[in-house]
Amino acid sequence: MSTAVAAGGTTATERRPATMAQALTRALRDAMAEDPAVHVMGEDVGRLGGVFRITDGLAEEFGEDRCSDTPLAEAGILGTAVGMAMYGLRPVVEMQFDAFAYPAFEQLVSHVARMRNRTRGALPMPLTIRIPYGGGIGGVEHHSDSSEAYYMATPGLQVLAPATVADAYGMLRAAIASDDPVVFLEPKRLYWSKADWSPEDPAAVAPIGRAEVRRTGSSATLITYGPSLPVCLEAAEAAREEGWDLEVLDLRSLVPFDDETVCASVRRTGRAVVVHESTGFGGPGGEIAARITERCFHHLEAPVLRVAGFDIPYPPPMLERHHLPGVDRVLDAVARLQWESDWTEDGTGRGAGGTEGSGRDGRGA
Amino acid sequence: MTVLEQPGSSRHGSTATGDRPAPPPAWRPRVDPGPLLPDEEPYRVLGTEAAGKVDIALLKRLYEQLVSGRRYNTQATALTRQGRLAVYPSSTGQEACEVAAALVLEERDWLFPSYRDTLAAVARGLDPVQALTLLRGDWHTGYDPHEHRVAPLCTPLATQLPHAVGLAHAARLKGDDVVALAMVGDGGTSEGDFHEALNFAAVWQAPVVFLVQNNGFAISVPLAKQTAAPSLAHKAVGYGMPGRLVDGNDAPALHEVLGEAVARARHGGGPTLVEAVTYRMEAHTNADDATRYRSDAEVEAWRGHDPVALVERELAARDLLTSAYVSATKDAAEEMAGALRERMNADPALDPMDLFAHVYAAPTGQLREQSDLLRAEIEAEGEH
Ligand SMILES: Cc1ncc(C[n+]2csc(CCOP(=O)(O)OP(=O)(O)O)c2C)c(N)n1
Repeated sequence: MSTAVAAGGTTATERRPATMAQALTRALRDAMAEDPAVHVMGEDVGRLGGVFRITDGLAEEFGEDRCSDTPLAEAGILGTAVGMAMYGLRPVVEMQFDAFAYPAFEQLVSHVARMRNRTRGALPMPLTIRIPYGGGIGGVEHHSDSSEAYYMATPGLQVLAPATVADAYGMLRAAIASDDPVVFLEPKRLYWSKADWSPEDPAAVAPIGRAEVRRTGSSATLITYGPSLPVCLEAAEAAREEGWDLEVLDLRSLVPFDDETVCASVRRTGRAVVVHESTGFGGPGGEIAARITERCFHHLEAPVLRVAGFDIPYPPPMLERHHLPGVDRVLDAVARLQWESDWTEDGTGRGAGGTEGSGRDGRGA
Repeated sequence: MTVLEQPGSSRHGSTATGDRPAPPPAWRPRVDPGPLLPDEEPYRVLGTEAAGKVDIALLKRLYEQLVSGRRYNTQATALTRQGRLAVYPSSTGQEACEVAAALVLEERDWLFPSYRDTLAAVARGLDPVQALTLLRGDWHTGYDPHEHRVAPLCTPLATQLPHAVGLAHAARLKGDDVVALAMVGDGGTSEGDFHEALNFAAVWQAPVVFLVQNNGFAISVPLAKQTAAPSLAHKAVGYGMPGRLVDGNDAPALHEVLGEAVARARHGGGPTLVEAVTYRMEAHTNADDATRYRSDAEVEAWRGHDPVALVERELAARDLLTSAYVSATKDAAEEMAGALRERMNADPALDPMDLFAHVYAAPTGQLREQSDLLRAEIEAEGEH
C-alpha cells in the first residue's frame, strides 16, 4: 500500500497523519483480508483504484475477482450484488459519484432495502454501497448531489456519513460487518482532510447508530454530519467571540438515528440548529427537528432551526459557494435562537444575548 | 413439452429440426437478422479505391473542420491547465466522429451529445464559448437548445438516448421529417438506458441514429470488460435494427455511413446503430491518469492512424494539399482558437440571484424567501 499508513508497521498506540481517503482504503483492505466473502466492485475500481483512488492496490493484492471492474451499469452493479449477497458474499459496491447512483435506485429501493423484510429474515442483504457525495469540490453538473434524504426515506437501509479520518475507517468496517445494507456516504470534499490516526485504535471503531459530541458547549447545540462538521466546528469557534458556547454534535449515522445523544445535548443547551448541505425542504433537518420537538419540547428555548442548502438543483461550481451553508449562515441561525436579549427592545439577537450560560435556565438536563 | 422447451429458432430462422413440431409462428424472428448484421471489418474509404470517389468539396470541408476541431481541442485543454475550465473531456483523436455527426444533419434535425461531444455541437454552429459553459462551471447548459437544435451536453451516461428517441418519435407523429442523432461512448452502451432506447426506437421505428464512439476505454475500463459481443454494432440486431461498423478515424467513411443512416431514418426506415471504432488520444479528462491503465505503445500505434493525417494524405494524393490551402486552413483554425482564448480569459459575469431564477416557472414562496436571504447576505458582504 502506498499510503502513509504502512501495512503491518503500525503499533496500537502509534498515530500518524492520514487522510480520510487513506483510512477508507485501509478499511477496505483490512475487511478483505479478514473475510474472504468481502468483494469490492464498481466502475474503475480495479487497475485505476477508483476515480478517487479509494480502492487503490486492492485488485493487485486480492485479485480481480475480489476487486473487480464491472461493466458501466449501476443498476447492474447493485442488482448483481444482491445475487452475490444471496449466495453468501458481502459485496462492497462503489458508485462513482452521488448522481450516478440514481440508475441503481430501483434495485436499492425495491430489493436491497426490503429483501430481509420480504423474506421474513431469510435473505439478509449484508452489502455496503459506498457513494462519494456532496459538493464544494468545484465539480460540474451531476457531481455534487446530497442524496441522503432519498435513502433516509427508504426503510431497511442504514445511512452513514463519516466526518473524521478515524470514523471513515471505523464506520466503514462497521458497515461491511453489518448484516443489513448500508448506504455509506463519503463526503468527497473531506477525502483529503488529515488527522493523526491509527487503525488499531479501538476507539476509532464507531458502532452504527451512535452520534458523537465533537465539542461540548452550553449555549446551543449544532447538529450536523459529514461535510458540514468542519463548518460547524469553525462556527463554534467564531461564536465564542460573540459570547456563545456552542456544542457540536456529529450524527455519523442518519439511520439508525441516535435520539438519545441528540436529546441529551439539546436538553442541556435548550437550543438547536441542524446544519446540512442537502436541501432544507424535505431534507434530513426537518425530520431531525421534528424528533427533537417531540422529545424535548419542554426543554426548548426556541424552535429548532435548520441551515441547509437552498431548494434548488445543485448549482454550477462557480456559484456553489452561495448555496453551501457556511459559517456565517450558521452563526446567523444561532443569532435567531430567541436569546433573552431578543425579548428586550434591542432585538438584534446579537451582543448582550450571548452572555455566558444564557442558553440555560436550569430546566434542562 | 413446456413452452420454454420449444426448440429455439435458428439464426436464419425457419424450419424446426428433426421430428419436433414447428414452433408457433410468433416465436420466429420477425426479420432475418442477416441484413441487420454489421460487416466483419470496420467500413473504410480512405486508403481504398472508394477514396477517389469522394467529392472534392466534401473532402475539403471535412479537412477544414478536422483541423479546426483539433485546434479547438488543444485550446480547450490548455484552458483547463490555466484554470479557465473546471474540466474538459477532450475528443482529440475522435474529431472525425464529431465533425461527421454534425455535417450529416440538416438544420431541422437534432443532435444529442454527451459531455465529450462539445466539438460536434460547435461544428453544428453552436457558439464555442457557450458550448463550454457547462465545463467552465458558470451554468449547466450555456446555450438555448432550440437555437441549433442541440440538446444539453449530457453527463449521466446514456440518459440522453431515450430523449433522442422520444423527440424523433414526436417529430414523426407531427409529420415532420426530423432526425435525431444521439452520441454515446462504448462504456455507455452497458447502461440500461442504452438498451431501453434501442428497443423503443426499433419498436416505434423512430427516426434516430445512434452513434457509438468506441474509443477503447470507459475511463480506465477497456472494451473487453464492457462487453463480450463481437462488436458494439452487433447489439443492434437483437433489437431489430441494423448495426454498422465504421472506422471512426475515417471522416469520409463516417460521413457516408452516418449519412445513409440519417437518410434511412428520414424516409421512414427506422433507427440505425453505428459503431465508430476510434481511440481517445488524451486522458479521460484532466483529472485522469491514463498511464495507470494503458501503454504509450498503444497510444503511439493510434497516432499513425490520425483522423486529420488520413484526410491530409488523400488530399495530397489528389494534389489538393497546396501549401496555400494548408496555411489558410491553419490560419482560420488559429483565429478561432485566438478568439476562444480571448473570450474565455475574461471572467464570466455571474449573478448569484440566477440560482433561483429557473427552478420553477413561478417561484415558490420558499424560494422567494431564500433568494431574499441570499440578496441580504451579498449586500452585507459588499458593505464590508
Ligand atoms: C450513470 C453514470 N455513471 C458513471 C458516470 C461517470 N463517468 C463519466 S464518464 C465515464 C466513462 C464513460 O466511458 P464511455 O461511455 O466509453 O465514454 P468516453 O468517456 O470514453 O467518451 C464514467 C464512468 C457517469 N457520468 N454516469
